[in-house]
Amino acid sequence: MSEDKELLKDGKRIDGRAKDELRDMEAEAGILKRADGSGYFRMGGTEVIASVFGPRELHPKHKQKPQRGIIQCRYNLAPFSVDDRKRPGPSRRGKEIGKVAEGALSSIVFLEEFPTATIDVYMEVISADAGTRCVALNAGAIALADAGIPMKGLISSCAAGKIEDTPVLDLKGEEDKDGQVDLPIAMNIETGEITLLQMDGMTDIDEMDEMLDLAIDGCKKVAEKQREALMETFGDKK
Amino acid sequence: MMEITEIEEEAALDNIKSGERIDDRDLKEFRDIEVVTGVAKKAEGSAKVVLGDTKVIVGVKFGLGEPFPDTPDEGMLMVNAELGPMASPDFESGPPGKDATELARVIDRGLRECEAIPLEELCIEEGEKVWKVMVDIHVLDHDGNLMDASALGAIKALKEAEMPGYEDGEVLRDEGEDFEVLKTPIACTIGKVDDKYIVDPGLVEEEVVDGMVTVTWTEEELCSLQKRGNGGFQKEELLEIFELAKEKSSELRKFI
Repeated sequence: MSEDKELLKDGKRIDGRAKDELRDMEAEAGILKRADGSGYFRMGGTEVIASVFGPRELHPKHKQKPQRGIIQCRYNLAPFSVDDRKRPGPSRRGKEIGKVAEGALSSIVFLEEFPTATIDVYMEVISADAGTRCVALNAGAIALADAGIPMKGLISSCAAGKIEDTPVLDLKGEEDKDGQVDLPIAMNIETGEITLLQMDGMTDIDEMDEMLDLAIDGCKKVAEKQREALMETFGDKK
Repeated sequence: MMEITEIEEEAALDNIKSGERIDDRDLKEFRDIEVVTGVAKKAEGSAKVVLGDTKVIVGVKFGLGEPFPDTPDEGMLMVNAELGPMASPDFESGPPGKDATELARVIDRGLRECEAIPLEELCIEEGEKVWKVMVDIHVLDHDGNLMDASALGAIKALKEAEMPGYEDGEVLRDEGEDFEVLKTPIACTIGKVDDKYIVDPGLVEEEVVDGMVTVTWTEEELCSLQKRGNGGFQKEELLEIFELAKEKSSELRKFI
């Protein structure tokens, strides 16, 4: 909340980006052998590896849904992914992000094809510089596609935010820490549906309108990167 | 989830699609609300919220602790939620699961982001000793929309709280003064089915909506959002939902 650091100077941000510019991205599909599907996504200094197992039988049995399958997500920060080592094991933050990630991914998978089953998505943050849940979802969506799970579209995610009273795209660590608003979203690019939406900070509806536009454009650029990675793996064989 | 039958789900869905609710409410109508304070004698502040058949008790306790290293001159706010086995056949004993964690964290952010609690005034000795404000949400009966009921209970309990005194490292619980709360964040959850929005989703409705958004407004500002459930929303729908939640949250605000 403190605003002593200068986050915007002459319209440029601390890393030289424009207000509506994403950090540089890297994406890859099929990077792990044992998982049914896997993916890697990097945005600036945030890197996540995701793997998918399933569809497979869901245990305990009482959690099974007779009509459809479910998606279970685990989001985890590696102990070495942050400045001060994070103690291994589940955290409250991780549990919540796992839950909203399930909400973000479930609507794009044809879950009715897998009654009683689970599709497990494991997202491991290797390096964290803000936007970890977005990058995790981007890697997770690649992993789902890599696993050959039938999907209605692709989920792409990025955050918008507000620094020094100005809406900007894709906050990096310092901007997130000293910024005023963080607004991560995830979107089904095919339909424009927003499947993850969280926001904290003080804002109003007009600003939300502006920040959502930024984030939606960002998601479209993320989708291109994800598609490239999938084409590399599944496109015309070299 | 086994307790909800498919027939009930279909009925809830068909009702909403035709502009009605299974409990005969209007789409944008809350269930009956009752808020009672002072329900836990040992707590410094407490409130019970009854929202239809959903019942939640929130207790506030003050304690002493060492501040977080990055905020050495600020008190600490902690929000915890228990979805104990008494409240639903679906709840189990044990450490908080994803649902309880989400509930606590969304309410925590609602209070924290608008700076409802002046944490810098809760510092006793910088870097050494600060007040901890502990908000515990106990769900007694889960009949849907725990989020709005718990958030209302939390802010009510905080506003009712008496801050204990302090002397030589001791908490003096017999000496109380009114605890200062600067803002009144109110959470309002809106569900969507096709082009219909519903306020205060009940237990079965939560299962059948395309998705929900919990929107937290202070008197003027939007301070927290959380999309819940599996579906998605178009941007225009979200903007409508923020507006609707602002309007409906004023009805909940009357109970504070």
